[in-house]
Amino acid sequence: MTDTSAEQKTTVSMTVDGRAVEAVPGEMIIAAAERAGTYIPRFCYHPRMRSVGMCRMCLVEVVGPRGPQLQPACYVPVAEGQEVITDSPAVKKAQDGVLELLLINHPLDCPVCDRGGECPLQDQTLTFGPGETRFVEEKRHWEKPIPLSSLVLLDRERCIQCDRCTRFADEIAGDPLIDFVGRGDHTEINTFPDQPFASYFSGNVVQLCPVGALTAEPYRFKARPWDLEQVESTCTSCSVGCRVAVQSSGNRITRRLGIDADPVNQGWLCDKGRFDYEAVNGDDRLRAPLSRSGDTLGETTWGEALGKAADALAGARDRHGPASIAVLGGARLTNEDAYAWSKLARVVLGTDNVDCQLADGLPAEVVLGLPHATIDEACEADTVVLLTADVKEELPVLYLRLRGAAVAGATNLVELSATTTGLTRYATTSVRYRPGEAAEAARQLVAGGAVTGDKVVCVLGRPSLAEQPDSVIEAAGVLLDAVPGIRFLSGLRRANVHGALDMGLAPGLLPGRVAAADDGGWFAGAWGTLPETEGLGAAGILEAAAAGRIQALVLLGADPLADVPDRDLAQRALAGAGFVLALDGHLTASSRQADVVLPVVLHHEKPGTATNLEGRVTRLGQKITPPGSSRPDWMVAVELASRLGGDLGLETLDQITDEIATLAPAYEGITRAALAAAHDGLLAGRDDASAHEAPPTMSSAEHPEVHAAAALGETDIVASEPIAVRETPEPAAAKPPTLRHRPAGRTATPPATDSYSLRLVSSRALYDEGTLVQHSPSLAHLGRGAAVRVNPAELERLGVTDGAQVRVSSSRASLTLLVAVDEGVPRGVAALDYNQAGPGAADLIDIATAVTDVRVETV
Amino acid sequence: MTATARTSVVFARMGDPEAHQLDRYVATDGYEALRRALAMTPEQVHETVTTAQLTGRGGAGFGTGQKWSLLANTYPRYVVINGDESEPGTFKDRQIMERDPHQVIEGALITAYAVRATRVFLYVRGEMALAQERVGQALADAYAKGYAGDNILGSGWSMDVVLHWGAGAYVVGEETALLESLEGKRAFPRIKPPYFPAAKGLYQQPTVVNNVETVATIPWIIRNSGETYAALGAGRAPGTRIMCLSGHVNRPGNYEVEAANITFRDLLFDPSLGGGIRNGNQLKAFIPGGGSAPWFFEDQLDLPLDPGPVGAEGSMLGSGAVVVMDDTTCAVRAAWNLVRFYAHESCGQCTPCREGGSWLEKIMFRIEAGEGRLEDLDLLLDVGDTIAPGPFPHASWPEKGLAASPFPYKMTTICFVGPSAVVPMHSALTRFREEFVEHINHRGCPKGSAHR
Ligand SMILES: Cc1cc2nc3c(=O)[nH]c(=O)nc-3n(C[C@H](O)[C@H](O)[C@H](O)COP(=O)(O)O)c2cc1C
Ligand code: SF4
Ligand code: SF4
Ligand code: SF4
Ligand code: FES
Repeated sequence: MTDTSAEQKTTVSMTVDGRAVEAVPGEMIIAAAERAGTYIPRFCYHPRMRSVGMCRMCLVEVVGPRGPQLQPACYVPVAEGQEVITDSPAVKKAQDGVLELLLINHPLDCPVCDRGGECPLQDQTLTFGPGETRFVEEKRHWEKPIPLSSLVLLDRERCIQCDRCTRFADEIAGDPLIDFVGRGDHTEINTFPDQPFASYFSGNVVQLCPVGALTAEPYRFKARPWDLEQVESTCTSCSVGCRVAVQSSGNRITRRLGIDADPVNQGWLCDKGRFDYEAVNGDDRLRAPLSRSGDTLGETTWGEALGKAADALAGARDRHGPASIAVLGGARLTNEDAYAWSKLARVVLGTDNVDCQLADGLPAEVVLGLPHATIDEACEADTVVLLTADVKEELPVLYLRLRGAAVAGATNLVELSATTTGLTRYATTSVRYRPGEAAEAARQLVAGGAVTGDKVVCVLGRPSLAEQPDSVIEAAGVLLDAVPGIRFLSGLRRANVHGALDMGLAPGLLPGRVAAADDGGWFAGAWGTLPETEGLGAAGILEAAAAGRIQALVLLGADPLADVPDRDLAQRALAGAGFVLALDGHLTASSRQADVVLPVVLHHEKPGTATNLEGRVTRLGQKITPPGSSRPDWMVAVELASRLGGDLGLETLDQITDEIATLAPAYEGITRAALAAAHDGLLAGRDDASAHEAPPTMSSAEHPEVHAAAALGETDIVASEPIAVRETPEPAAAKPPTLRHRPAGRTATPPATDSYSLRLVSSRALYDEGTLVQHSPSLAHLGRGAAVRVNPAELERLGVTDGAQVRVSSSRASLTLLVAVDEGVPRGVAALDYNQAGPGAADLIDIATAVTDVRVETV
Repeated sequence: MTATARTSVVFARMGDPEAHQLDRYVATDGYEALRRALAMTPEQVHETVTTAQLTGRGGAGFGTGQKWSLLANTYPRYVVINGDESEPGTFKDRQIMERDPHQVIEGALITAYAVRATRVFLYVRGEMALAQERVGQALADAYAKGYAGDNILGSGWSMDVVLHWGAGAYVVGEETALLESLEGKRAFPRIKPPYFPAAKGLYQQPTVVNNVETVATIPWIIRNSGETYAALGAGRAPGTRIMCLSGHVNRPGNYEVEAANITFRDLLFDPSLGGGIRNGNQLKAFIPGGGSAPWFFEDQLDLPLDPGPVGAEGSMLGSGAVVVMDDTTCAVRAAWNLVRFYAHESCGQCTPCREGGSWLEKIMFRIEAGEGRLEDLDLLLDVGDTIAPGPFPHASWPEKGLAASPFPYKMTTICFVGPSAVVPMHSALTRFREEFVEHINHRGCPKGSAHR
């Protein structure tokens, strides 16, 4: 080879069993061989984790100066001219030998093992292993199974010490709570004394375990792999949008597994996303419509319920005007559901009083109108500015990605927060600001030179529900001014809130990120009509309802009593609204007060699309049929429209997907065909970043359980019939531009606290009183409870001890709560998790004030 | 060859029970070598050690000067002294640390100077309470008198020595496991390549790992010159080394000898050394270099204590531990005892060692306990072959026409602990197969419990 060709060469030429293979520099032999079609058996190797070369299953011969030497293929990188032999007698003998050794102490209780049927040990024994056992001694015994946490159990007899679970806990999750204990053949995996494996990501180890040693409490003994059917989908338990394989048996969801979507979750899930399918299966699902008579809600027929709802909506519209109708919620919906409701509200109900957020997020123009970043862009940025609530609690797998990038030194995390968060220890700079003073903190950060590099991404969310977002938005403006190329990754957490916003479920907004003011006749033409005036957002709707100005209030999977950071206002609004229609899968505190409750289908019971916090649109898969007579939300919208004398022109789900692609500017090109072809989804409104179309990285050995079901031919997704796009007539007007927003100007600084008050900070913990968590028995008890957390110095000032009861009073309420000492909470601040059991932050917060100050006193 | 004309290098102060005190050490040339080394350039010190042809005493016998020159050219870089001595039969480092701790510290400091190290770590085995006490006191005294720490002996050169006590695992003696342990992790040996300490050692920085005896030899070399040391013995590894003689000899103990100048016969039988087999018994076998060395027998007695011929004859000098077995020894039980040790001390990391070692142990125990089957003998060899595939080292047996299979072996494991469990089984079974068969046929040990 000449010098020039060597310079140009970006691959490594090697041979595997005499065949020429071009490998990627730096990759391990095992990966290069697999791509070239030679599968080398393995147990400890995992492409997303550091190689350890421990199990020795992947031994192959690598020809060196002293002839062929047995080497672990997972540990030896490819090299120019390397000769690898995978099929020699020496290799066969080594692989047979290692397998035999792994089996001698293995209990072989496959018939009662969750892994039986999808077990790499079982499979590789069949493919590579010896036929019979030569081991006549007593096998090693351990107590079967021991809990590592309330979710994960370990059967040490089945463990093959591959180090996958422990590496995951340490390297990926950053929770090194499990490790090897003992030595020799008494080496076991275990927790440290009195410290359970209480990781938000513990379920991943069950999926990673190459044998049935680790089992998940919710899945144990629930199904045999060969009975499972599977569909690919997206987790909608938060807005990260992790790709999942949803598996069912007998019309019940039995398991949710992470799929390796390279730009999103890379195979991982959080435990909430993995296990909260229990709520979908729950016996407490709504099965039939409910209608109020007097104080009670009783079951009724769809005809009755829809009729009653339509009458109320028509009455409100016709007697009090369209502005007396409001639609709250929508983040639980698919994009198609949200589009149908957006259209229903504007076209048939005539109202622009729509809001998919519950005064707990950021204004739509901020979320949609700033330049968008992807998760990958954040992980590769020079600097990531965190200006959001605790990412670990609210967007767990985004936490994994950012933590991973920070640990790898790929990015610098710069945190602006009111208290310590899960990412604080990985941040190069972490600044505490007092609620209401984020903008000033951002100015100082910029002036101090902490925001460096050309590639800067800000994760922008709602840091605290006890603080109105103005100062945070102003801070975003400060960053935008300082770093013109900055991009923003939304930190809003609720399921499909980004899809709902994209479908126009916010006042003054139309589908595809169009400001109603910029419509220029596009939607007006296509839809026939649009409301004339801009409507109210959630806070305005609630206040209007409380004041008796809302005659019909629709709750689209919204539970204002739990989610509006002002429970008093939410209660007054529900009481003051003339008629309340709720669409829900479970009864909530709010829907219990409704006049009509319509049972709707939840995720895994319907196809459609969803949009994650990056603006990534992916397909949702239907795996089971919904309970009772539940219907999808879009269908309810279509039926209400016709009962109200309108026509949405939407008859099928596909038609809605097609209409979105045709009409919604940011969704141009996001057609059913394009979605079906894109493994990792498509980015809405980002023609500059279509680069992330890496081929699926998942290999059968890494996720055998995913493929085990796939082999049964049940992996196909949403639309399997040939995709025939029905033409939506394009309006005559030009397509409107998508929203651009630039926060500007200074907001009033919040009042200084008096020396007796603490400023309240409130955001969510992963496990809260939310519907899905509370209806999932395995998760419901994991909430950490409402304790007010304060700095040790404050506790000393109060003269009470950690764990004592204190009185916490705001202008709104006075509560008795437990107090917990927390070094991560600065002086002058009190932190209280949002939406834990019992009275809490929602009772203390007054939505009309910029910040909430509380007094903490002894009782 | 005369075994009695012995030069004391490392053991020069063994006559003095108070040699561990700083003043006694200084009175007998202590820290003189450090003073001289600091007057030389690091390269000159390094050159002196290379000229001395000093080889490592930890087991691998690698040239010390050569090892130092492999250090990657980056900083920080570390010197780690391996005082985890736990190879079965080995008890020399402990005696050095207990009786002459300053010599270890001085040697370590000279090493650090020669390789331009950033810091020295001295790792002492967890169970060695007296050694820890003595080394700790010695280091404190050395600091107090300016032999360690800042501006050593007014030279302007400073060096800190960090002490670390082990937690009691044999495998920590393996240098990369030791580095893991020093870093506060579980002592899992690292995979080489790429984790050769000289390239990626402690905290991923270039690191010299040397044995206690190795560095304790260095002060004498600096004081007497490399040439003088190299003249102290013949063969591939000149100089003196300490042989730990144990087992069925009349005079077990540590003996410093000009190794290549004497034979195993000298070591076992010379009246000033082993003094012969106990009770006038016959020699049955001896282990020439620690529990992980393949066994030697009568036929190998006249080999010199020189790594070249010993390796060619199928074993190694290893840690310098010679364990002698007389003819009252049950080969099965002796081998089982060693297999049990290595199986128990497996770090559990890699399958062949973790599972294979304990399987060997279980089979051998079964044979010893009278529950063996004839097919177990081939099974033992086959399991051994999974751990260490291919020809396995063993001594020659001219009488039976068996040629030696030279040291070392191939292995499927990460470190040598796995194959070390194969070694005693293989040696015993190759040489004493009929004893195994007898155990099987007699349903137990023919020697009864007398040998236990
Ligand atoms: C299983 C195993 C155990 C070892 N135990 C020791 C030990 O106890 N002490 C020691 O100095 N070297 C021991 N070694 C050798 C060390 O890995 C290393 O080679 C040595 O400390 C280097 O020092 P040297 O070059 O001065 O001999 C052991 C090696 C292996 C593979
Ligand atoms: S429990 Fe499973 S993942 Fe963990 S080490 Fe054992 S076999 Fe591997
Ligand atoms: S991070 Fe969010 S999307 Fe991902 S698994 Fe958890 S809840 Fe689901
Ligand atoms: S050979 Fe044994 S001691 Fe060495 S790494 Fe493997 S399991 Fe651990
Ligand atoms: S050693 Fe390579 S897969 Fe385990």
